[in-house]
Amino acid sequence: MIRRKIEENFFRILMVLATVIVAGSFFLIVGTIFYKGVPFMNLDMITKIPGGGFYIGKEGGVLNAIVGSMYIAGGATVLGLLISVPVAIYINMYLGGKSALANSLRIAFDVLFGIPSIVYGAFGFLIMVYFGIKASLLGGIVAVTLLVIPILVRTLDEVIRTVPHELRDASLSLGATRWEMSKVILRQIRPGIFTAILLSFGRAIGDVASVLFTAGFSDNIPTSLHQPAATLPLAIFFQLGSPVEEVQGRAYASALILTIVVLIITILSSMLSKRFSKNKIQ
Amino acid sequence: MQRFRLLKDKILSKLMLVLTLASVSVVLVVGIGLYYKSIPVLDKLSWWTLLSSSDWKPMKGLFGFFPFIMGTLWVTAIAIIIALPLCLLTSFYITEYAPSRIRKILVPFVNLLSGIPPVIFGVWGVLFIIPLIQNHIAPHFVEFSTGYSVLAGGIVLAVMIFPLIVSIVCEVLNTIPRELKDASLSLGATKWETIKKVSFRKAKPGIIAATVLAISRAFGETIAVLMVCGNNAVSPHSVFDPGYPLPALIANNYGEMLSIPMYESALMFAALLLFIIIFLFNIISRVILARLERRLAI
Repeated sequence: MIRRKIEENFFRILMVLATVIVAGSFFLIVGTIFYKGVPFMNLDMITKIPGGGFYIGKEGGVLNAIVGSMYIAGGATVLGLLISVPVAIYINMYLGGKSALANSLRIAFDVLFGIPSIVYGAFGFLIMVYFGIKASLLGGIVAVTLLVIPILVRTLDEVIRTVPHELRDASLSLGATRWEMSKVILRQIRPGIFTAILLSFGRAIGDVASVLFTAGFSDNIPTSLHQPAATLPLAIFFQLGSPVEEVQGRAYASALILTIVVLIITILSSMLSKRFSKNKIQ
Repeated sequence: MQRFRLLKDKILSKLMLVLTLASVSVVLVVGIGLYYKSIPVLDKLSWWTLLSSSDWKPMKGLFGFFPFIMGTLWVTAIAIIIALPLCLLTSFYITEYAPSRIRKILVPFVNLLSGIPPVIFGVWGVLFIIPLIQNHIAPHFVEFSTGYSVLAGGIVLAVMIFPLIVSIVCEVLNTIPRELKDASLSLGATKWETIKKVSFRKAKPGIIAATVLAISRAFGETIAVLMVCGNNAVSPHSVFDPGYPLPALIANNYGEMLSIPMYESALMFAALLLFIIIFLFNIISRVILARLERRLAI
């Protein structure tokens, strides 16, 4: 009996410890980034593009990378949404949502979600070589779109599944076609669509491996789809590799910017989805 | 009017079908595209040579991926060894022990962790893990280490896969019927005994699926690992040796790959290798998970 009590307590302590490590690792990471990044943070970082001699420690900021990342993440999310909303509707409304085909499609998108971004990047690069496109904003957007489609489809799919069946039955019984029923459902899941957008944007803005080959890098803000674009994660990566202390410091500050942006996005999306589940019709 | 509405429905339905098929077939197209690009190197060297040779001399046309495969395996193994026990214990704590007040605080942090981009993990690895290994861990075991090692890669990867494993295992644990646990507890088993003999056994397929998914995630992770692994094209012999995982190889060399013959093809072969392994692992685990979900729905 005593031995069992000891075992129980031993593992309880072990579990608490493990939980502290897992949850604590978040604070450790964010804490490290803040601790190192804040001293190098200044207004120039987010309002200026790299000036002459930026990479040997002279003045400038990473506005080019911030804007480039926004363009790519925004473009990819819009493009991804145009593709994935119809796909999610098709799976749930036209295939019934519970058929074997619908379930295999879900598995297929889960598998696509698991494909690493470096493979999408390499594949995007192949397509670009094939069509003769140089590393550019366009290439980056296409590669990142491939990356976010599975996220968007699966999130939208989950949201659509929470819509009560009565709503569909009601609109169908009034003589609506499946498309008209889908429009009703789309209105119902609007907050869920925002969650999906935020999730996809968050993933897109932080990914490096997919834009490494495809978007290139530039010190200027791109003005057309065919110009190369800098991205924030790549800027961090490049600056961290520099031997100059000033430039490394900018890498920490850039990391701080990216962390804050991503944290805001994640918190917003979880708040939205919580609100969404509250308003759910039971 | 009626006919017009039906026609609209039909046209849109076909359009959506096309979009669905197109986006799913990306899997196939990626596989075929990468294979097509790796044909030149496969013509020259056999699969076996490519996978088992350690000669990496792109200038001479020798492409042996063995050191890179070993690098990937070391890093992944270390990550799983660290992450799996921690995540299982955490999941058990969250689902069985934690009062709902604490659970409500804990779960968001796991979510937040999953939102942090890989490059931030990399920066954290360089700033925190590398000095830690260099100054505090390695001196106890080896004479000298720069800190850039497969161990550093493994630790960073382990933290990256925490949220993945915890969220899946928690979901699986939550699906275990209350009655089973109650029966065990009413027979006088302690909570831990119930976890060990009931929950764990019931959740085993889900835990395996989560592990396989985590392995495939670790396999494909690029930038964070690239930043802390040291990138030395020699098979590591201890956890303090630098390694050079496959994704890092692809990411590091794309710039020069167009100037050396066969190099591009060899790198695309590396991408194909990653793709095949991860594709298979993902299918296995997703099918297990989908089956679990279906069993529950009935």
